[in-house]
Amino acid sequence: MFKIFKYSLLDLLRSRWLIFYFLFFLTSSFLLFYFSSNAAKALVSLLHVEVAIVPLVSIIFGVMYYYNSREFIELLLAQPLKRDTIFLGLYLSLSSSLAFCFVLGTGIPFIYFNTGFSDIGSFGYYLLTGVMLTYIFTAFAFLISLLNENRIKGFGLSILVWLYMVVVADGIFLLLLMYFQDYPLEKLTLALTILNPVDLSRVLVLLNLEISALMGYSGAVFNSFFGSIPGIITAFLSLLMWILLPLFVFLKIASRKNF
Amino acid sequence: MNTKISITKLKKSFGKLDVLKGINLDLSVGSIHALLGPNGSGKSTLIKCLLGMVIPESGEILIDGKKVNGSWEYRKSIGYMPQIAHFPENMRIRELISMIKNIRNQPSLEEKFIRLLRLEDALNKALKTLSGGTRQKVNALLALMFDSPILIFDEATVGLDPVTRLHFKQHLLKEKEAGKTIILVSHFINEVEELADEIVFILEGRIFFQGSLFELKSQTKEENLEKVIAEILEKNGQEKLEYV
Repeated sequence: MFKIFKYSLLDLLRSRWLIFYFLFFLTSSFLLFYFSSNAAKALVSLLHVEVAIVPLVSIIFGVMYYYNSREFIELLLAQPLKRDTIFLGLYLSLSSSLAFCFVLGTGIPFIYFNTGFSDIGSFGYYLLTGVMLTYIFTAFAFLISLLNENRIKGFGLSILVWLYMVVVADGIFLLLLMYFQDYPLEKLTLALTILNPVDLSRVLVLLNLEISALMGYSGAVFNSFFGSIPGIITAFLSLLMWILLPLFVFLKIASRKNF
Repeated sequence: MNTKISITKLKKSFGKLDVLKGINLDLSVGSIHALLGPNGSGKSTLIKCLLGMVIPESGEILIDGKKVNGSWEYRKSIGYMPQIAHFPENMRIRELISMIKNIRNQPSLEEKFIRLLRLEDALNKALKTLSGGTRQKVNALLALMFDSPILIFDEATVGLDPVTRLHFKQHLLKEKEAGKTIILVSHFINEVEELADEIVFILEGRIFFQGSLFELKSQTKEENLEKVIAEILEKNGQEKLEYV
């Protein structure tokens, strides 16, 4: 698997798209850190960019990469290699190189502007959730493109998944809260947040910025849960589950697929 | 006859379409087997089953007497040249060769085949800049360089220039002499006549005929292989134009 990972990574790192992705985070982080009076404020703005762009680019680039690698996959399938090795290698190389671009693209401006390393904890959360979102949405991308031979369908479906996770799920969430506002909703709110990796990442970073005081009662509930060790562990386990679940289904289907 | 590959009752369908309807086939060592059949007859599916790329519903594939369905190690003994191959686009030929060498971890004869296929000048070119013919040469190189006992070529000579094609064909005969089992899918009838020791004719997912060229010709009154095939297809209600 390491061999596939290595060669596919070398190939990917030369890709123009990845360089654009890196430059996008580099310039947007650079500008936000430059124009914000402190790192925490810049991080809040960056967070909005992260939760929308990281899933979008991961899923779209993932689908594009899988479709473009189809023939390469066929070449590898004819070699003495296990199927899991091939698919896991390709998945890890794509998700890791996207994650690498993200970490480097935001990490360099952070270090440049923030020599005192204030808010390093929050920034750590920001990086970690960004990396996990990358792995989650690349896994979805691979699963979607494996299930759909038709590229148009694959791209359409991946945009729908993104739209659901980033926009629609929040809408449904708000509607539920409005509709059931007379009932105690703390547990439901927590559960729904944990079930959406995008929301979960957003909440984890925001709470670490200690602006939860501004978020009213629900902020306090969130803080008491996500501020505790079991809460943090639950949150990261949930993010991990969001990576492993689509990845497992992808590998399972790939092992039985006809190429 | 020393059997290298033995296929029994191999069945595969895609949805409602039965592509392989119980293939029984023995392929011997030291000969070139031409796999013929009209478009959609199941040639590629059969080859892909052999390579483990398509998973058959039932049936057995034995190589050197060992069942290979579901395993992957046996592919060490197969060199496969697909009909069309695309590679990681940003890679150079040299890097692709070293990658496949690294993956297979087997001794390789790439220098010899780089010369044979006249690829010396292209080694440092990125794969995305290559012409169709050069890609095909790279494809052939990857299939040949590990000196594998089983060689499978799917429309191998399409796109090769005449000189390379000649060298390639001469080399195939040498490989045969060396005791390799070679499977050749080709629509070039003269190539089949020139190279093949045995013809395996697939029609609608079944082996319609297996035997020498002479035996096939004696089944019909025609002398020319192209006409023989056209006659077989016509008799079976197939479109002869597909083959000509």
